[in-house]
Amino acid sequence: MAGALLEVTGLSKRFGGFVALDGIDLSVAAGERVGLIGPNGSGKSTLVNCICGTLVNETGSVRFDGETVDGLLTHERTRRGMARSFQLPRPFTTLTVADNLRVPLLYTVNARPGRALSPTELDARCAELLQLVALADKRTHLPRDLTQVEMRKLELARAMAAEPKLLIADESMAGLSQSEVDDIVSLLIRLNERGITIILIEHIMRAVMKFSQRLIVLVSGKKIADGLPDAVIRDPEVERAYLGQ
Amino acid sequence: MRTRVFLLLLIAVAIVVFFATRWVNNDYVFFAGYTVLQFVVLSTAWNILGGYTGYVNFGSAAFFALGAYATVFLHKLYPLPIPLLIVVGGAVSGIVGLGMGYLTLRLRGAFFAIATLALAVVLQTLIVNWDYVGGSRGAYIIRPNEIALIGPYIQYLFLVMLALVVIALTVARGIERSRLGYGFATIRDDELAAEASGVPTLRLKLIATTLSGALMGMAGAPFPYYIGYLQPSSAFGLEYAVNSIAMPMIGGTTSWVGPLIGAILLGSLQQIATVTISSAVNLLIVGLLLVAFVIIAPNGIVGLVQGWIRRTK
Ligand SMILES: Nc1ncnc2c1ncn2[C@@H]1O[C@H](COP(=O)(O)OP(=O)(O)O)[C@@H](O)[C@H]1O
Ligand SMILES: [Mg+2]
Repeated sequence: MAGALLEVTGLSKRFGGFVALDGIDLSVAAGERVGLIGPNGSGKSTLVNCICGTLVNETGSVRFDGETVDGLLTHERTRRGMARSFQLPRPFTTLTVADNLRVPLLYTVNARPGRALSPTELDARCAELLQLVALADKRTHLPRDLTQVEMRKLELARAMAAEPKLLIADESMAGLSQSEVDDIVSLLIRLNERGITIILIEHIMRAVMKFSQRLIVLVSGKKIADGLPDAVIRDPEVERAYLGQ
Repeated sequence: MRTRVFLLLLIAVAIVVFFATRWVNNDYVFFAGYTVLQFVVLSTAWNILGGYTGYVNFGSAAFFALGAYATVFLHKLYPLPIPLLIVVGGAVSGIVGLGMGYLTLRLRGAFFAIATLALAVVLQTLIVNWDYVGGSRGAYIIRPNEIALIGPYIQYLFLVMLALVVIALTVARGIERSRLGYGFATIRDDELAAEASGVPTLRLKLIATTLSGALMGMAGAPFPYYIGYLQPSSAFGLEYAVNSIAMPMIGGTTSWVGPLIGAILLGSLQQIATVTISSAVNLLIVGLLLVAFVIIAPNGIVGLVQGWIRRTK
């Protein structure tokens, strides 16, 4: 696809003898909202890890924003505009909630060319992000004081703080109440309207269907469907492999 | 508080300490004080790597000894003033710290700690077999008795070490309040998440090993003048490796205050124990205290005080 922001070709990843990803091809256009679904263990998080450089894929290639990022370290990819949340939140445990967000601001936003944010602007940005995910009153707390749900919100806010071109949210909504899910989905849609391309990995189908303009299905490390959400969920193969279980 | 204000304040405190010690007018106080100050520098240096980034270095003695042996080496070539020797010792140990960081980049936890221990053994073996700096016999450094302006040479050495304390604490506090400090903390907490947030963890680790090594070397550079006769076994002494870990752990590793408190407390305790009981009991005391703190107060004295303040608020 011409003008794709993210382009993955022939990506494979093994863990020992186990093939976790098998020749994945996918492409995401700038400005798109893509849902990525698949049963547990189908390789979604592994794919995110390979795209972002947290894991090294054996074969295949990842192009981002017109350039190949193979061989780049994770922080270099983040600075180029990829950001992801971890499925199991990995907060910086000795830093306050606000300082957790300060890190990507200092190391990604301020590391890009152009004017760096001043300390007051940094504070304001942290406060603004915490407001977005309704964590403002936990600003000075340590992550261990947060509930699992709040931890997920922090995880998402930290990815957003990096001001990415592409945001990958890996099951950020597990455990959230219905209204919280709706809040996060509309937040992601608002971010997307501001020009951020988003890949949403999610099990909550209501959220996926509301969010996605396109749906990609992964089963046992293979991509089995890629297309308009309504068509994809009616695909017999998808039903058999995923929804029917 | 701005770094400049902090620095001026530290200098003022250092001047007061110096004149107060002079007023006591007892050479022994200078000798003992030198050792305590040296431990402040060493534990502050250790903490930059061990406390801020969470990488435990068991080889502090080697960095200290390299600084000391750089002085011995230069002393034989051409005697230089001590401040210059400190610069050289810092550079040598800083470069070795960089090298160590580079070789151990992918090692974590116990493996990193073991690698630092191995480095210390290798360096000690090299020094023992290097005749030019005295080999296993050791090397004599003739210390002048007096120095212009200050008087007794030990007072000069004490003053030099005070200056190093000021430098080390300013560096440590400066790191804590800078972008670097946040980066170090994320390495300690979670390196994968750090990278994902844009932190160049490998580069930051190298900065930490270099800075930490350099400060240890700076602490070691004046040592031959202090001791007069430098042997590998004294420069690479177990007490340096143990104390530079124990002092920050007991004081608290998350801020510059911890190593300072730990070093003053444990350093003084050991000086008193040396006089009143024997020097052999020192490491026993340190070991017992370390075990007690690791079990009862893993965040050190600073952690205890912070917890106490939080509860009474
Ligand atoms: N670091 C790892 N080492 C070994 N196996 C792994 C590792 N990470 C994931 N796997 C395996 O790879 C498969 C895909 O996992 P994952 O990508 O987490 O799936 P998903 O996110 O779709 O639930 C699983 O079978 C999992 O056990
Ligand atoms: Mg997953």
